[in-house]
Amino acid sequence: MFSIWHPNSVSLLAWTIYLSFAGALALALMPKGKTALSRWLALAVAVAGLALAVQGFIAGIGQGRVTLVDMPWVPSMGIHFLLAADGISRVLVLLTGLAAVAGVLFSWNIELRANEFFAFYLALIGAVYGVFLSFDLFLLFVFYEIAIVPKYFLIAIWGSTRREYAAIKLVIYSFAGSAMVLIGFFAAYTTAGSHSTGLVELAQAGLPASFQMWCFPLVFTGFAILAGMWPFHTWAPTGHVAAPTAASMLLAGVVMKLGAYGCLRVAIALFPRGLDPWSFSFIGIGSWRDVFAVLAVIGIVYGALVALAQTDFKFVIGYSSVSHMGFVLLGLVTLNQIGVTGAVLQMFSHGIIAGLLFAIVGRIVYDRTHTRQLAELETMHLFKRMPFAAWAFVIAGMASIGMPGFSGFVAELQVLVGAWKVNPWWVLAVGVGIVVGVAYIWRALQKAFFGDLLPSAHVLEEEHGHPFAAITWPEVTGVVLLAGVSLFVGLYPKILLDAIEPAVKTLLAGGVQ
Amino acid sequence: MSEIHLLTLLTVLPLAGAALALVTGKHARAVALVTSFASLALTLAVWIRLPANGSIGLVEQHAWAPSLGIEYHLGVDALSALMLVLAAIVTLMSVDAAHRVHHQPGLYFALVLLLEAGLFGSFTALNFFHWFLFWELCLIPAFFLIKLWGGTRRGPAATQFFIYTMAGSAALLIAFLAVFLSTGSVDFPHLTLLASTGELEQMVAAHLGPKVMIWLAVGVLAGFAVKVPMFPFHTWLPAAYAEAPSPVTMLLTGAMSKMGVYGLLRIALPLFGHQIAQMRVPLLVLAVATVVMGASAAAAQKDLKRVFAYLSVNHLGYCLLGIFALAVPAVGTGIDKAALASQAAALNGVILQMFNHGITAAALFWFVAMMQQRTGGHRGIDQFGGLRKPAPVLAGLMGIALFSSLGLPGLNNFPGEFHIFRGAFPLAWVAASVSLLGLLVTAAVILIVIQKVFWGPLPEHCSNFPDLHHGERMALAPVIGLMLLVGFLPSLITNSVNPTVMKLLALWSF
Repeated sequence: MFSIWHPNSVSLLAWTIYLSFAGALALALMPKGKTALSRWLALAVAVAGLALAVQGFIAGIGQGRVTLVDMPWVPSMGIHFLLAADGISRVLVLLTGLAAVAGVLFSWNIELRANEFFAFYLALIGAVYGVFLSFDLFLLFVFYEIAIVPKYFLIAIWGSTRREYAAIKLVIYSFAGSAMVLIGFFAAYTTAGSHSTGLVELAQAGLPASFQMWCFPLVFTGFAILAGMWPFHTWAPTGHVAAPTAASMLLAGVVMKLGAYGCLRVAIALFPRGLDPWSFSFIGIGSWRDVFAVLAVIGIVYGALVALAQTDFKFVIGYSSVSHMGFVLLGLVTLNQIGVTGAVLQMFSHGIIAGLLFAIVGRIVYDRTHTRQLAELETMHLFKRMPFAAWAFVIAGMASIGMPGFSGFVAELQVLVGAWKVNPWWVLAVGVGIVVGVAYIWRALQKAFFGDLLPSAHVLEEEHGHPFAAITWPEVTGVVLLAGVSLFVGLYPKILLDAIEPAVKTLLAGGVQ
Repeated sequence: MSEIHLLTLLTVLPLAGAALALVTGKHARAVALVTSFASLALTLAVWIRLPANGSIGLVEQHAWAPSLGIEYHLGVDALSALMLVLAAIVTLMSVDAAHRVHHQPGLYFALVLLLEAGLFGSFTALNFFHWFLFWELCLIPAFFLIKLWGGTRRGPAATQFFIYTMAGSAALLIAFLAVFLSTGSVDFPHLTLLASTGELEQMVAAHLGPKVMIWLAVGVLAGFAVKVPMFPFHTWLPAAYAEAPSPVTMLLTGAMSKMGVYGLLRIALPLFGHQIAQMRVPLLVLAVATVVMGASAAAAQKDLKRVFAYLSVNHLGYCLLGIFALAVPAVGTGIDKAALASQAAALNGVILQMFNHGITAAALFWFVAMMQQRTGGHRGIDQFGGLRKPAPVLAGLMGIALFSSLGLPGLNNFPGEFHIFRGAFPLAWVAASVSLLGLLVTAAVILIVIQKVFWGPLPEHCSNFPDLHHGERMALAPVIGLMLLVGFLPSLITNSVNPTVMKLLALWSF
């Protein structure tokens, strides 16, 4: 099945992985100081990856799961190098491609060891592509672990606020989650006794219900840590804030989706009986599904409330990610077609919108004002002095609060419809989170850009003498790309839903009977 | 041009104009003028092509996001088409009036055209989510037009406007989420049919519980009550209308307030007619309160813009009165012919009133803009006097607009209000009688305005108050002409509207 050149076939998607790692290697070997060359090379690799992702997405329209590569790897354990793509993978690969290109564009001003920065960056991208395309649990786990390493260095070397602390915290949380996943993986492999680590084989192995009942929460929690599930979310805001802009964009935009993707592809697909009701129920909670739904709802409301109280602009966005990822987790545990579809669409949508928000706050604004304190930004008249950033944030903010016409609206609405079918009380609680979501974006917008404090003549004069650096073309391109995608998907969600819906149907049918 | 896509073209045209205005900068007003003129021509083309029997025509329907029941579903009957014409006229007037935008004109006119696109979209949509998209789309440009070009207290006014409307939108969205979960559809014509047979209520009761339907009705009513606005949800309005630049106020009162009334007619009554009939008495009380409060509050104002803002509340109160008066529960097998005639009169009146109030209120705010411009920003009633001497043409034309607002026979507002009272008296005589009080106070307010502004001694700063110049006369002439035309020949509108009114009444079940 290993096909090197099949134009117009889905198999080319596998090359997103190879290309990214090759790019990372080339950049790592490049002599120091070639800053311009390394950023252009990184951009070329990212764009090529995006082109492959788009090509694979288009070629995959109307197709189910397509095997890209299937080679025996460790035959004695039944491990295969098995790459495949169904509708869910293709959508998330597309997201990764978009986030990768946007991330390079917003890292255009990195001067410090640029070649190493982009090497780690592309390694992270390659690992993310790998996770989304792996249909062998061992392989998936390998890529999942590879992703942790570049994250650490990106934050520890190029980060800002308390970067060592944030980097270590992120790594510890990630490894703790991985350990839980690994235990579940070995247990499932041994229990199944099928001598295959293929996701499909494991799902069909008929694991006993009592086994699934303890393995499911273990694996789900392990992955959900990376998805920012409350109360294991605390790595996310600190990590997002400390990371350099491109890394925040990837962390919030794509890496959190790895966790959510694992929850769906591994935990729910392999251990569906783990979601069955218990023999008892306590204060309305009668299954692991209820437990995780409640945690997701708490995450939505808590993340929004904490975002409302932040004084640092970037922390507002960091906590908003916790809130919006709550929608993904809630959608996943609804276990119905519309809820899970909404969750996958929300992964895509939040990836785009969070990337845009971090780019505006961390790159466009911070690199010019050198402060992220809302109280200081309030006095800077940014709407007058940086109208592009202000309008970009207006659009990103509208997308974030779920304004109709943007991708978040359709995604979150589907999650709510799915959740309502299971338990309307969850939706009522989420409603509070949505209202607070409007409030924190509103507050940040007012304070950061539309501060009404009138400037004194002295201040005006000084501001006139020190204008901010002009907005550069990579910034404009990146904003237009991300905002355009969110708007396009919001206006025409069918393009992604047609890919997601059949894949979710197959996945749910294979698992939940 | 294929007739099939006329409505899509209508929505796309202002969007394209907005994009063009954004890049043309200083020439944006010319772009906006051409665009809004072409839009008006298109809406008239839609009006001409309406089906004669009053049903919904020019339908376009495509799948959009099927899993959520979202469809691209457009269509118009006489009610929608009249609102389209009104929106186009008011936008044209507003662009015409805004010839002194020095600060970022490209952005200003782009936002105005975006607002027009939102209005067109929401008046043609027949699917809830499609409609909701445009309903929300209107909110954004309106907010920024107030926030960026408004008066000194624009910040709080814009925020208050935004928060009220958002809260209303949230109520609407939740109600329709519940409807979707119960029926699997958010298509207006389909839901209207379900409601007329009583199935909608049964489905909601089966899915969500027996008492839920009335709460959904409350949610939907609240969403529209904010927009209209209905007492006690009106408190955002005076600040927003006063702080917005006058051309924007023209859009807010002339076109956007109609979205609320339109929503009541297109969505609330067809789907929740029975629930509204159950709540008819409290709703009538609120409608009467809107009428009387609006008029009395107008009497207490010193600022011309606030006077006209409260008069808008008052005039839309008559629409609410007509709507809630006609929501009569059917007794026994059916409604007798006299009651049906009253309902038809009230509904015809409501639709006429929407159109006429839009034209008149927009014209009044335009006159205020001209007076501000001539006196360096004055708009207090007591700051003017004796203007008929230096500016007889302005005084004369504004007098016509004011008398139109008063409801003088022969001018456009009279037939609408007459029809509403003609319909409301037999159906809800107490409410109608108390509302007459509003008519009296309104008359007094307007006469006082006329007396103080046009008569009496000329104050110092008005001594060289120039009259309307040629361009302004030419711009205002068609508007004043329209007031006279509709005043003398309301049948121009009612002949087309009446078949739609009969169709709507046949479909609504109270």
